[in-house]
Amino acid sequence: MRYLPLNTQDRSAMLASMGAASIEDLFVDIPEEARLSGPIHGLPMHAPEMAVERHMKALASQNLVAGDVPFFMGAGAYRHHVPASVDHLIQRGEFLTAYTPYQPEIAQGTLQMLFEFQTQVARILGCDVANASMYDGSTACWEAISMARRITKRATALLSSGLHPHYVGVAKTMARFTGDALVHQAPSLTAETDIAGLIGQIDKNTSCVVVQYPDILGRVEDLSALAHAAQAAGALLIAVVTEPVALGALRSPGEMGADIVVGEGQSLGVGLQFGGPYVGLFGCKQKYVRQMPGRLCGETVDAEGKRGFVLTLSTREQHIRREKATSNICTNSGLCALAFSIHMTLLGEKGLRGLAQVNHAMAVTAAERLEKVPGVTLLNESFFNEFTLVLPKDARSIVRALADRKILGGVSLGRLYPDEAELANGLVVAVTETATVEDIEAFATNLEELLA
Amino acid sequence: MSMNNQGRPTRPAEDTGAASAMATSTGNRALMLEEALIFEIGDSNRTGVDLPEAPRAASRLGGLERKSAIGLPGLSEQETVRHYTRLSRQNYAIDLGLFPLGSCTMKHNPRLNEKMARLPGFADIHPLQPIHTVQGALAVIDELGDWLVKLTGMAGVAMSPKAGAHGELCGILAIRSALEARGDKRSVILVPESAHGTNPATAAFVGYQVEDIPAKPDGRVDVDALKARLGPDVAGVMITNPNTCGLFERDLKIISDAVHEAGGFVYCDGANFNAVVGKVRPGDLGVDAMHINLHKTFSTPHGGGGPGSGPVVFSEALAPFAPLPFVERTEDGKLALIEEESMEDHHASSFGRMVAFHGQMGMFTRALTYILSHGADGLLQVAEDAVLNANYVLRSLEDVLDAPFAAAGPCMHEALFSDNGLAEGFSTLDIAKGLIDEGFHPMTVYFPLVVHGAMLVEPTETESKAALDQFIGALRSVALRAKQGDPSLHSAPHFAPRRRLDETLAARKPVLVWTEPVVEQAEAAE
Repeated sequence: MRYLPLNTQDRSAMLASMGAASIEDLFVDIPEEARLSGPIHGLPMHAPEMAVERHMKALASQNLVAGDVPFFMGAGAYRHHVPASVDHLIQRGEFLTAYTPYQPEIAQGTLQMLFEFQTQVARILGCDVANASMYDGSTACWEAISMARRITKRATALLSSGLHPHYVGVAKTMARFTGDALVHQAPSLTAETDIAGLIGQIDKNTSCVVVQYPDILGRVEDLSALAHAAQAAGALLIAVVTEPVALGALRSPGEMGADIVVGEGQSLGVGLQFGGPYVGLFGCKQKYVRQMPGRLCGETVDAEGKRGFVLTLSTREQHIRREKATSNICTNSGLCALAFSIHMTLLGEKGLRGLAQVNHAMAVTAAERLEKVPGVTLLNESFFNEFTLVLPKDARSIVRALADRKILGGVSLGRLYPDEAELANGLVVAVTETATVEDIEAFATNLEELLA
Repeated sequence: MSMNNQGRPTRPAEDTGAASAMATSTGNRALMLEEALIFEIGDSNRTGVDLPEAPRAASRLGGLERKSAIGLPGLSEQETVRHYTRLSRQNYAIDLGLFPLGSCTMKHNPRLNEKMARLPGFADIHPLQPIHTVQGALAVIDELGDWLVKLTGMAGVAMSPKAGAHGELCGILAIRSALEARGDKRSVILVPESAHGTNPATAAFVGYQVEDIPAKPDGRVDVDALKARLGPDVAGVMITNPNTCGLFERDLKIISDAVHEAGGFVYCDGANFNAVVGKVRPGDLGVDAMHINLHKTFSTPHGGGGPGSGPVVFSEALAPFAPLPFVERTEDGKLALIEEESMEDHHASSFGRMVAFHGQMGMFTRALTYILSHGADGLLQVAEDAVLNANYVLRSLEDVLDAPFAAAGPCMHEALFSDNGLAEGFSTLDIAKGLIDEGFHPMTVYFPLVVHGAMLVEPTETESKAALDQFIGALRSVALRAKQGDPSLHSAPHFAPRRRLDETLAARKPVLVWTEPVVEQAEAAE
């Protein structure tokens, strides 16, 4: 077996050195009736690299690859070009095969990277501080709701109807067990968001208002009034960003007054990967830092006075506080955070703004073309790189039919909201720098044919 | 002397090291290169990417155009590659040497796994693509799930949890759902003192009271004390097996039977499954739920702190409550993804969604690649070699280091030592930092809490005898220095990129983001 260095002689010598007759002597604590005597029946035996590769490739070939076709899907996961150097660098063994930096003297590489990541994230989100990443956007969103409960000592969260339905689903699952009350309804197909309605719902029991920006239908709206209203009532504003590239063009939620900003960082560096692993972004105002979940990296000095970095404020965390911890989370999304940070460093401010501009221009171009398709209307007045079309029929069947024609033409609202019949004709379309004018034309022409 | 959060010194009182006596003008030391922060070397007007031309289009941003600077430095591609390459060289990693962190299972990460995860058919597919365009991806989830179920002897599996602690959450939510479904309000979860901190944190996070179960002097759960505590208020127990002392809980089946008898459920923390994979099936020991850290047992890379992946296997009793989504094979042989829409028909008891999309697909492809490489026979050999290596370390060092449970018999995948017998004023921390100078990552220290000054060594099965002998030699020499009271250990490490770091300072005045140095701002204002 190619990954196991011991050979038969090694094993015999080692067993002999400790006076054991056989390997079974080391497993005596497993009750004999439960101990297995050989390989588990019905499972294949070991295989050479070539055979494994053949098997995995056969499975991979059954999938329609996004990069091979005109591609317009988003709704929480976006396809962006990732520079080649990103993937090269994250495969450096010193990053890839390192552990959580609990021994800071020999983990400065990871720690400095995390400090840079935290700073980049805080600046993009418009927050004072950010943590070293969460599992993903959906779990970061729930952690933020939970954090707002701890800060405000209130347990009713208002969720915008524009919040990603999977994020709502995660929050609903958790709230059932923690006793939080969630106020939420499905979105309606209008150009306006529900911000005005949310303001009217805030009361003295509200812990937080959770709003996505841009929202699930791609709409963007100023959050300032909502932030004021929430804070005036002693509640927090939590903003959720599923497409961080948008913040290269749009004002940041922190700038508009959000107390906590969480996001999905997958757009930069990470790739689609069928939904994971991704990287949750989490930023907040300085005054709430000690209620923040997740790992934090901080600056300090070593015994010679040299600058160095360590994991810090760990008294919030489970390995110290056990049942009194702010969260049970024991990991971040280190390697994805590294990919995000490298991609962001390659872009820089100039590159991020340029990338955002290209995304927006491509999306505007696509929206203008697609709304010319007979029977199709464009829902949004404003958007970044994603917008909603209303089709004359159920969008799920159109998405499947487009896929049969080798076009991945957006995410149907029927997939996201299976129980909401009035949303069934909605189609969420994302357009990034990876789309070409030809792709847009192919999408529009095929849509025309299918709707004719 | 500054103390860290656990009351241990984080830097020496005085520096007795001589290695750093000679200064260089750059601060570099040949191949050991200092690297500034991107904020100090980058420039918001520099970029390492060339973007496609944007078509002409009017802005539709709704008047929310960003006006202020973000403050993001950019580097050219060459500078970027150099920056991160230099940073990488300040890390210890499995690729550099033995990484004996107990309970973390730092084994070799085969590169075939990386290659397979990067096949465009896995890496470049969207989670919401129509189901008929992702049959191969669903097959990976299905095939891996099938392996996990068969290796553990359980009835079902939830693939979506993002990491071990998330898997614990999944298991506890299933237990609570099952109890609620029968109208049984129970409020207490029992957790052994030696448990990972995530166990009590998880139980508390969903509203359970956590009560400790004591350990016996032999390092195992006190079964009588546990039995005595069982009753109508106990929802379940969370038990780690093999436990964090590196020992197999011989009485797990007896414990499970007693818990079931009392109407509760058994959660097993599967962090240490590597020691027993293929050797015993938790399902045969009465376990109701167990998470499996794919990044431990099945060798997906730790990545400097994630991403992990924590699928959870379930008994017949808990499987109906597993979270959405999950993959199911339909009658025509195609794979379906059961999401919210079909919940009522197929899976009315599911406790719902834990995460957006379907879990850590990139980790599934790696883990499946690893499992197929080993096969059922190779995985059995994994467990045997992991246990053999750990016992070899234990028996080779028990003459110089106190090994509290060694006399009672063999250990499983990890060898536990204590600081008992070191010279006055010398601690586990000194040994850990001394090992760094010897070119090794230290073992897990001060965990489990049930042993004073614990040192938990998990070599894993992917170390050769020669590598083990080298490590044993190094640890032996450091242990002897600590027993003889060698003061230079107090200021170790001497040869790492940094000396001991002041954790107290970091926590007292947290600096979590980079800010412009104040002096420069004042100058700029003039």
